[in-house]
Amino acid sequence: MTETLQNTQAEIIEGLKEILKRPAQLDATTNIVRDLQLDSLVVMDFIMSLEDRFEIVIPLDRVAEVETLGDLARVVDQLRGRN
Amino acid sequence: MSILSKFAPLRQTYDQLRSVGQNPFEMVFEDMLSSTEGIYRGKKTILLGTNNYLGLTFDEACIEESVAAVRAHGTGTTGSRIANGSYGTHRKLESDLAKYFNRQHCMVFSTGYQANLGMLSTLAGKGDYLLLDTDSHASIYDGARLGHAEVVRFRHNDPDDLRKRLKRLANEPGQKLVVVEGIYSMLGDTAPLREFAEVKREMGAWLMVDEAHSLGVLGEHGRGLAEEAGVEADCDFIVGTFSKSLGSVGGFCVSNVPEFDILRVACRPYMFTASLPPAVMASTITALRRMQEQPERRQRLHENAQRLYHGLRKLGFAVGPQCSPIVSVAVPEVPVAVEFWNRLLEGGVYLNLAMPPATPTPSPLLRSSVSAVHTPAQIDRAVQLFETVGRQLGVLPPAVAPARKRAPVASAIPAHAEVAMLASGGAR
Repeated sequence: MTETLQNTQAEIIEGLKEILKRPAQLDATTNIVRDLQLDSLVVMDFIMSLEDRFEIVIPLDRVAEVETLGDLARVVDQLRGRN
Repeated sequence: MSILSKFAPLRQTYDQLRSVGQNPFEMVFEDMLSSTEGIYRGKKTILLGTNNYLGLTFDEACIEESVAAVRAHGTGTTGSRIANGSYGTHRKLESDLAKYFNRQHCMVFSTGYQANLGMLSTLAGKGDYLLLDTDSHASIYDGARLGHAEVVRFRHNDPDDLRKRLKRLANEPGQKLVVVEGIYSMLGDTAPLREFAEVKREMGAWLMVDEAHSLGVLGEHGRGLAEEAGVEADCDFIVGTFSKSLGSVGGFCVSNVPEFDILRVACRPYMFTASLPPAVMASTITALRRMQEQPERRQRLHENAQRLYHGLRKLGFAVGPQCSPIVSVAVPEVPVAVEFWNRLLEGGVYLNLAMPPATPTPSPLLRSSVSAVHTPAQIDRAVQLFETVGRQLGVLPPAVAPARKRAPVASAIPAHAEVAMLASGGAR
């Protein structure tokens, strides 16, 4: 894992902890919908907050390929690299 | 394992709804008595959830023209316009709409859903960007999915958030198409269109407004939010439907963008479906005329909307942020909302039960839509029934004793604050 990917993942986990109302073990293998039991509204809102945090645009089709926090970190990292 | 096994969770939700009482998603009315009354299970029921804003579904002239058209031109067109050809009526409907909207071009579609499916998927192509309000209707999301553009969402009714996202895309070469709605179908709130138009101009984007729920409702001539906000020139594309104020079925897009007509041979949801049948077009053309001849319908619509909105708000219900013909009451929990909806129906009032994730907030909604032809007595009956059921289910506090009647109850809180409070408990 590259250093930027690691940083991205750490930041995503930090952001997610802010919206979770309970403590949770979060790592690259955490399934966002199944393990965290977040509904789609909360997930979409979280994605928008990541767009703001990283100053990027995450198109909806890229969101569709995300299942785990690791997937999300990779997508965000790639999009960050585009800037 | 069945191919339908993946729907097991949905089946469970559906069965639960059924076990409580009537299923809100499989209602069958035995008869329609008027634009505001139907027969459900042998009982006269007030229709307060049918988007029949101007009450034109039983207009004598619309019916007569429709009957004449079916006799003259038959029951259906049996195919698409590119294969079977257009009827003169298709062209007349398009030219009447273009004239009404003061636009050069118009295309009609077989449903409003298809209008969005067609326009979004065709206008924004590969390398282009679609910018959608988070609370957009399913037809807008589906149109975006059908096409090949990148889809970006901005926060609901937030022009600054849109600007921010467009700035991030400033160096991307593709065209940017912003899509907003005149009136949002769940809470009845309108878009801050003047501000959106400003962002659109500043950032060099295109703007489409879906006036499905605002045609015939907003603006001096009923042309929708774009007219009311005075920004029609900034709205490159207006889409809408015939199935609400115009009382039939079908959709349209009007525009002044040059060479618009090329879309007739590029837009698949326009090309590969049967075109509107003669009877539908005839009633729609007549309804469009009636709407212009009878502005008093719009006046009555707004009076009725005020009566329902303020009636419910005064009782302390969590209504939407602004008064419009769509009046939604947020109820904290789904089981309470389902029970509430069933009791309203038993009491003779039918409206819509909207449940998350179809709702903009985690709260389920009891969604009403008012018509110009509702009588004040029908609206009052609905408000009264809302109060009775609200108190039975504890959504409202118990009725206050007469001596304390003047004490401010929840109605002192602005309506939007109530919705926001409910909302802050969850997603947004």
